[in-house]
Amino acid sequence: MAATRAAARPLRETIPAPAKISVALTVNGAKKQLNVAPWTSLLDALRDHLDLTGTKKGCDHGQCGACTVLVDGRRINSCLTLAVMKDGAEIVTVEGLAKDGALHPLQQAFIDHDAFQCGYCTPGQICSAVGMIAEGKAKTPDEIRELMSGNICRCAAYPNIVAAIQQAMGTP
Amino acid sequence: MINFQYARASDVSDAVRQIAADPAAKFIAGGTNLIDLMKEDVERPARLIDISRLPLRTVEETEGGGLRIGALVPNSDLAWNPKIEQRYPLLSSAILAGASAQLRNMASTGGNLLQRTRCYYFYDTATPCNKREPGSGCSAIAGVNRMHAILGTSDACIAVHPSDMCVALAALEAKVHVAGPSGERAIAFADFHRLPGDTPQRDSNLNPNEIITAIELPAKGFAANYSYLKIRDRLSYAFALVSVAAALDLEGGSIKEARLALGGVAHKPWRDPEAEAALCGQPANEAAFERAAGLLLREAKGFAHNSFKIDLARRVIVRALTQAANGTPQSQSNKKIR
Repeated sequence: MAATRAAARPLRETIPAPAKISVALTVNGAKKQLNVAPWTSLLDALRDHLDLTGTKKGCDHGQCGACTVLVDGRRINSCLTLAVMKDGAEIVTVEGLAKDGALHPLQQAFIDHDAFQCGYCTPGQICSAVGMIAEGKAKTPDEIRELMSGNICRCAAYPNIVAAIQQAMGTP
Repeated sequence: MINFQYARASDVSDAVRQIAADPAAKFIAGGTNLIDLMKEDVERPARLIDISRLPLRTVEETEGGGLRIGALVPNSDLAWNPKIEQRYPLLSSAILAGASAQLRNMASTGGNLLQRTRCYYFYDTATPCNKREPGSGCSAIAGVNRMHAILGTSDACIAVHPSDMCVALAALEAKVHVAGPSGERAIAFADFHRLPGDTPQRDSNLNPNEIITAIELPAKGFAANYSYLKIRDRLSYAFALVSVAAALDLEGGSIKEARLALGGVAHKPWRDPEAEAALCGQPANEAAFERAAGLLLREAKGFAHNSFKIDLARRVIVRALTQAANGTPQSQSNKKIR
């Protein structure tokens, strides 16, 4: 018996392309039906199939947090999950946070505190902060920093990001 | 990413049937490590069997007074489960020391055990690696090996197991429940992961057609005197250089029972029965902790860039045991080490 499955398929051997799979998602409140290849990440499904480009592709390896979205209310890295695995799930991206033309309190707080420079990590930072506040575990700045550590900001706007989150939490 | 087929398992026995039917298939649950490795062309399954919808998401009391954790309980849910926080805070602390909040929301309990090393050469398909391509050689032994093992290494591999959660599970003497074509069995945590020897491609003693169904914690949780102390290159969201799970059962000022498990130093969470035995019956003081550290590290061997880990491990052991003895476990949000 093979001791491991790691090298089950020889390098560069190809298999015929599998049929596309039908996936139903609720994205920002709207029902969507997609046909995707099995290897389509949730991130690519959002960006390339649904034209929701607010969610960013940073590292594509779960190391930067730019692709953070909410799946059934929980923050995850959309680059490290397959769209087919999320069939039936409810997805919220940064495009779904504003309601009736009014910014989400975290979006407003990021503007108030100038909590970004280039802005590339911002959608992920904001979605992550929405998830963190829902988790209810972060109370102090130390806890906010720790529980936001999955979102890297290469402009290093961290102090202002923490201040913005504190404003949205109502704990200055 | 590579081309593959996708299927869902309807229950545990269906999952076992499907994996046994296709030697090039792999299970996927949280996917946080597997999808990453597939993007790097390190893992090349021809079929993914999605087990994420199986009903393995509960934490239940056992007859023996312990807890049985379903293999699909997400890491974050486990860390913040009130029973884990109260009775097994060492486990909660170790989980919160690892990865990021997003990854912990995705990663499963069973998958955490099966995550693969982050050795740079394992990830780099342009270089030889015995774990990735058995027989091709180890690039780390004479290469860049700052993150690598100091205990239990072989001429074939000096990679380390990356998990924090597993270090706590080793210290707590958890059991791994698995199901396969020939039925169910339980594996003691110490026997689950392997040393590299001459088969570093095998991380664990889980057979290729088996699935992890649950992790069982024994009744004893060491909730009063424990600490998980992790030292890394940045304060959060980095793999351990050295981590120590310390748990003590104290009576008066002396040690009745001690558990000591190390992460970041070996191909599996490292325990040493002699070092733990040497603590029993001793006063809980620095001299006893230093002796235990010396015993645990007596055969430690450094390579070109990681010899610093030997002295670092000694000091982390002493500090973690001190924190445990004082009832002041390391905080995973305020990173000051006291």
